[in-house]
Amino acid sequence: MGFEINGKTYETDEEGYLVNLAEWDEEAAKYLAIEEKVEMTESHWEVINFLREYYNDYQIAPAVRVLTKAIGKKLGPEKGNSKYLYELFPYGPAKQACKIAGLPKPTGCI
Amino acid sequence: MTESTGGIEMEEDMSGTVKKFAFINRKAPYGTIYALESLEVVLISAAFDQDVSLVFADDGVYQLKKGQATKAVGMKNFSPTYRALEGYDIEKLYVEKSSMEARGLTTDDLIVDVEVLDSAEMAALLEEQDVVLSF
Repeated sequence: MGFEINGKTYETDEEGYLVNLAEWDEEAAKYLAIEEKVEMTESHWEVINFLREYYNDYQIAPAVRVLTKAIGKKLGPEKGNSKYLYELFPYGPAKQACKIAGLPKPTGCI
Repeated sequence: MTESTGGIEMEEDMSGTVKKFAFINRKAPYGTIYALESLEVVLISAAFDQDVSLVFADDGVYQLKKGQATKAVGMKNFSPTYRALEGYDIEKLYVEKSSMEARGLTTDDLIVDVEVLDSAEMAALLEEQDVVLSF
């Protein structure tokens, strides 16, 4: 499975997550966001970029609880809470934001 | 405690039973799947708010070695993930002293802060666990 933008193809797994993280770019993120019915704003990009950095540092997609805490630490308590993250990504920050960021599904995502 | 995550009910059900879990890691990080599988189970266990300790003994000490270059063997270097454990509130990492010394390593060679235990201290630690899982 996969999709194509401007001649570049992106491979996805059966749940729509990018198979190859290195293929990710902003165009892919925009496409994945439309698929998830998420309208990307600056606040959304902030979380997506945070996730990319987290993955780069630790080689895993964080569990929601861990993501929430880490965002709070870096971007402030008004953003490091479930309410804020679920407003941006109503079907779950772990599921939707990780998918848009081109990360694998978080380990321990229950 | 109210939290708008899918996991609340489960967390509430389990809130009364906190057990002491020790995960013993004895194998080199690559060549077998044990080290990576253990790490995944540990990360999942963090969702259940249990009292988790990680033990590294024998070749398992190599899992924490700095500077793992895995490109040539075609494996993902997952060692940076041990540094994420703190964020998962898993902060009890123990290394068996003689295993570390026999491999010419010191705590300076390791990517995370650990507590070094001799065999008697290790035995005492494992004695007080409810569940011991060996990888």
